[in-house]
Amino acid sequence: MEDCLAKKMEITVSEAEKRTGRNAMNIQETYTAYLIETRAVESQSEGQCAPVDSLWRRYSEFELLRNYLSVTYPHIVVPPLPEKRADFVWHKLSADNMDPDFVERRRIGLENFLLRVASHPVLCQDKIFYSFLTQEGGWKEMVNETGFQLKADSRLKALNATFRVKNPDKRFTELKHYSDELQSVISHLLRVRARVADRLYGVYKVHGNYGRVFSEWSAIEKEMGDGLQSAGHHMDVYAASIDDILEEEEHYADQLKEYLFYAEALRAVCRKHELMQYDLEMAAQDLTSKKQQCEELATGTVRTFSLKGMTSKLFGQETPEQREAKIKVLEEQIQEGEEQLKSKNLEGRDFVKSAWADIERFKEQKNHDLKEALISYAVMQISMCKKGIQVWTNAKECFSKM
Amino acid sequence: DTSLAEVNSFSPSVPVSPSSMINQYKFEDGPELKDLFITVDDPESHITAIETFITYRVVTKTSRGEFDSSEYEVRRRYQDFLWLKNKLEEAHPTLIIPPLPEKFIMKGMVERFSDEFIETRRKALHKFLNRIADHPTLTFNEDFKIFLTAQAWELSSHKKQGPNLLSRMGQTVRAVASSVRGAVKNRPGMFTEMNDYMETFSQKINLLDKIAHRIYKEERGYFNEMKEYGPIHTLWSASEEDIADSLKGIASCIDRCCKATERRMAGLSENLLPILHEYILYSEILMGVLKRRDQIQGELDSKVDALANKKTDLLSEEIGKLEDKVERANNALKADWDRWKQNMQCDMRSTFTNVAENNLHYYEECLATWESFLASQTVDLHVEEDSEERP
Repeated sequence: MEDCLAKKMEITVSEAEKRTGRNAMNIQETYTAYLIETRAVESQSEGQCAPVDSLWRRYSEFELLRNYLSVTYPHIVVPPLPEKRADFVWHKLSADNMDPDFVERRRIGLENFLLRVASHPVLCQDKIFYSFLTQEGGWKEMVNETGFQLKADSRLKALNATFRVKNPDKRFTELKHYSDELQSVISHLLRVRARVADRLYGVYKVHGNYGRVFSEWSAIEKEMGDGLQSAGHHMDVYAASIDDILEEEEHYADQLKEYLFYAEALRAVCRKHELMQYDLEMAAQDLTSKKQQCEELATGTVRTFSLKGMTSKLFGQETPEQREAKIKVLEEQIQEGEEQLKSKNLEGRDFVKSAWADIERFKEQKNHDLKEALISYAVMQISMCKKGIQVWTNAKECFSKM
Repeated sequence: DTSLAEVNSFSPSVPVSPSSMINQYKFEDGPELKDLFITVDDPESHITAIETFITYRVVTKTSRGEFDSSEYEVRRRYQDFLWLKNKLEEAHPTLIIPPLPEKFIMKGMVERFSDEFIETRRKALHKFLNRIADHPTLTFNEDFKIFLTAQAWELSSHKKQGPNLLSRMGQTVRAVASSVRGAVKNRPGMFTEMNDYMETFSQKINLLDKIAHRIYKEERGYFNEMKEYGPIHTLWSASEEDIADSLKGIASCIDRCCKATERRMAGLSENLLPILHEYILYSEILMGVLKRRDQIQGELDSKVDALANKKTDLLSEEIGKLEDKVERANNALKADWDRWKQNMQCDMRSTFTNVAENNLHYYEECLATWESFLASQTVDLHVEEDSEERP
């Protein structure tokens, strides 16, 4: 962790701005740009402060960065980006991407993403990442020049494709199962939480109507008037208090959302393993069949049915020279195949080893973060209860004086 | 109405009159001076060839001399309560008769003859009779006594006596025709004030009723969502190891808060909602009382106009009687109005204080739940830290 970038550099996404411009298809569009500010953390002597560098990036550039990282480091659980479109909204929240609250929460999410990458022991050393933070112009070209899109395996994108893998590492199978469960349960939780928030909002806001009616009623009462009027004021306070409470809760929801998206990253690593294992098994199978073919040609026995065998029976066998040539080709292929298989095996083992190390790191991070999030949820509930107690104690006093 | 003959102060703000002081005294001292105790319970359903209906048991305990016995138990159905209310209105047109629960509430929430409906009605009928018993004048009404003590067949035969419905209706129509013109012109300012007050009060109380129902509905919705919310955390804990306990803890907190919400809702439906409903009925009753007072005055006014035109002695005797009638009606209403206002203030104070207490209990319970969860989590953290520090 000594080398991690986050320790050497302060990174913030400090502002968001609406922009208009022309996109790749020369159509005018409105988008939001985010200001990334970086400052070197040096051992500072009195009064000295490192200068702040800054540049603007839009969401699509963040996406490009993340795609690059996912392809380049397939064994790493790459931190997710905040959601592209507002999801799990309850009625008061806007589903509009331009809504200032959404933009603000996204700004925080993007900053969080950068900090996650910057504190990752492997990812923080990536040069493209560093340039993303520091090099304004020409960054896109730089990324595309790495040719990472070519390395991307399109098969990984086909989410529904299953590979019949005979010997997957059981830990990855379990992990994939876990990531599916995590995704499903967090989605469900977020959906219901949004509905709970909606209802809670309703309860608080309707109490606000008491305030107005008490005030109007107090105008015709002589003895009850004061009590009603002041109680009404407390009802207004009660109704207004829900806005802050629910805004805080949105941050909690965002913390859970991050792990909802992390589940996707986890699954990506598992599928990469599956794919590698599949390729390995296919290669081994191919090698075996080639060896068999070679043997059959050498000994003249046909053990397995082949069209060649049938046609040679019908149209006559090949000449010894032809057979020799074939055997030679096959032997070359077999040698190549064996080398490839060896390196694939090695690759596979390295992948499993390094992936598993990052998964362990991720697990610890996840447990720590989620536990903290749950505790913060309890803290929020406690604060809400305390506010409620205060308001209703005051209201009770007013009512009892009526 | 002899007890109200001493009323001499018409000032609305200071209850100086002896009888209103007696009312206050009686009301505040409660059980010690109370000599009539009534309960309404034990609803039973009766099925005949023609209809199905419910009867309630009405038990009366009393030390009053006018009653032959000290304890009575009778069964009454809604129709009987309605009869009693009508008789009281007839005998005391300008007194405020307590509200009777409506014949059938079309709110769509409750089915006729469902347990909830019957229980709500029972409570309202109980309150109805007790309010009559607490009323300084109505408590001595003869029909009231018969209602409490007569056996079923006695009550039926008693009901059949007296002016029938049609003749009563005839009087009302004639009275309305003559009174509408004059009543507002000659109405004493105090009653115009009452009228204005009741219009605004009625509006506000109806609004409060709507608000309270809306709050109940939102709380119910919240309760339903919370019921689903808690178990998701338990489900999640099944796939976790390290955070399984924290998740289960949250699930249990949410469940406890859910139950607390249920209690909060019950508080509303048992206390605030019925009271607001009663006062909606009261505001209709009061508007009715004010109209009837206007009608009585209208009778007097129309006769006075006739005298101005005809000048015969016959009418002046009638007018004397009507003037007495108007004075009595006004005094009765004035005293009852003061009493009603005090009771209303008391009811509102205690009801809304109760609402606040309910909400306090709710938040206090939830607070304790979450605080205990938090304590358990931080203990775990300390334990983890300690175990990490040990070599």
